[in-house]
Amino acid sequence: MIPDQPSRRPRLNPEKVHVAAVVALWTTAGVTLAVLAAIIVFILVHGLPMLTPEFLLAQPESMGRAGGIFPTIVGTLALTAVALAIATPLGVGTAIYLNEYSRGGRAAAAIRFGVDCLAGVPSIIFGLFGFIFFVIYLKMGWSVLSGGLTLAVMVLPTIMRTAEEALRAVPASYRQVSFATGATTWQTVTRVVLPVALPGTVTGIVLSIGRCVGETAAVIFTAGTALRLPLSIFSPTRTMAVHFYILAREGLSMPHAYGTAAVLVITILLVNTIANAIMLRFRAGVT
Amino acid sequence: MELHDRREEKCKLRVENLSVFYGAVQAIKSLSLRVYPNEILGITGPSSGGKTSLLHTINRLNDRIPTYRHEGRVLLDGDDIYHPDVDVNQLRRRIGIVFDLPTPLPKTIFENVVFGLRVAGVRNRTVLQERTEQALRDAILWDEVKDRLNQPALRLSGGQQQRLSIARALAAQPEIVMLDEPCSGLDPISTLKIEQALWDLKERYTIVLVSQNVQQTSRATDRAAFLLMGELVECGPTAEMFTNPRDSRTADFLEGRFG
Repeated sequence: MIPDQPSRRPRLNPEKVHVAAVVALWTTAGVTLAVLAAIIVFILVHGLPMLTPEFLLAQPESMGRAGGIFPTIVGTLALTAVALAIATPLGVGTAIYLNEYSRGGRAAAAIRFGVDCLAGVPSIIFGLFGFIFFVIYLKMGWSVLSGGLTLAVMVLPTIMRTAEEALRAVPASYRQVSFATGATTWQTVTRVVLPVALPGTVTGIVLSIGRCVGETAAVIFTAGTALRLPLSIFSPTRTMAVHFYILAREGLSMPHAYGTAAVLVITILLVNTIANAIMLRFRAGVT
Repeated sequence: MELHDRREEKCKLRVENLSVFYGAVQAIKSLSLRVYPNEILGITGPSSGGKTSLLHTINRLNDRIPTYRHEGRVLLDGDDIYHPDVDVNQLRRRIGIVFDLPTPLPKTIFENVVFGLRVAGVRNRTVLQERTEQALRDAILWDEVKDRLNQPALRLSGGQQQRLSIARALAAQPEIVMLDEPCSGLDPISTLKIEQALWDLKERYTIVLVSQNVQQTSRATDRAAFLLMGELVECGPTAEMFTNPRDSRTADFLEGRFG
């Protein structure tokens, strides 16, 4: 027998709790979306009037007060490309090594710890490091290469950790089948594990593209602020984000600053959309 | 014992005094067993009896488990499969294994079947297609999938997926096929199809069928081994073991008093 216990407080009506929860959760989701939409709309409203072919394709004039932003678009793309060309193989390779080859010893734990620490470092510190190490010590100067290397170090933890999570989410049974059928570890990784882990891995890369495109602090110290068109990876350059920062900070031209910001936002949206489309097509092939 | 001695030279796979450990846990205790060519050997017994550990030791899948270690020998055609000169990938092609849950890889039906051939370096399109048809026919799946070989294997039903797993193991043309509870999640009709396929296959392969299911062992095997807590209790012709078990523990299990 369970003795009757006097209830201390009146029991809430489950129906009402349910309704309250739905309202509360809808509100949180709505606010999140609204904030995002507000930012994008604000930037586009101010920036879109500037967006003409001339703005995209012309050289800036008088420090960016007039003319276009072509060199900064090229600089942004070049820096991002260099950074990802270095960070992707390193990060994905490390993730594959840790998850598929190493048997989880102390070295693996040390690598993970190091990478996690790296992920928490503010980007200005990467900028300072890049300035001292790449720009001065390795005598690369302010250049696409210095900036790209610095960004590579900065996004390496993101790429490595997301790739590792993606690899870890691949069912162990796939590996077991592959090994049991006579595949080597390399064949198992390339033919079975990586294709399954690709969407997650690409997510990390896309996030990293976003961070590279939007980064200022790490770049301003390492790639410089030159407004000339960079002609090689040894040329200094200015990215869109840095350009926006300088235009706004020095009060050179707010319309041009918003125009640059609009191009930045659209670039990031485009990258995300394209990556999503590729992933959907890829997934449609296997399920 | 006389029977075993007489067939000594024909023995396909011989397990000698095998003990298997995972860390401090002993999964198999000094087990000796022979598998003869073109027979279906059934291995039955309750859970954690060492059945799967035995198969994974024979296929060397346990190599990847750091805490694993074993004593004793496993001989394939008289050669120690754990000899340092043995190419483990080559060995796994000779001894195929099918797992208890259907495990289609996230690829097309065709790519699933030819996976073992591809990793072995077979590129010839004609060979791949011929082996695919043969393997799917052997697994009694061909008629159901012949028109959609390029569709994802994950769209097949559970029973079809398990027959696909069998076809994948067969396409690599192993000498021995080991099946670990291949029907555990399947309906009676799928189970029947798989048992039927095995019966037709033993002309060309040597088959080891692990099953907790006593009825399946009695229906589908030539000889049977009863494993209990890592120990081989008895092993002999299936009909003999089921009608006249030598050990009282075997009798208890077969009659459903435990397990």
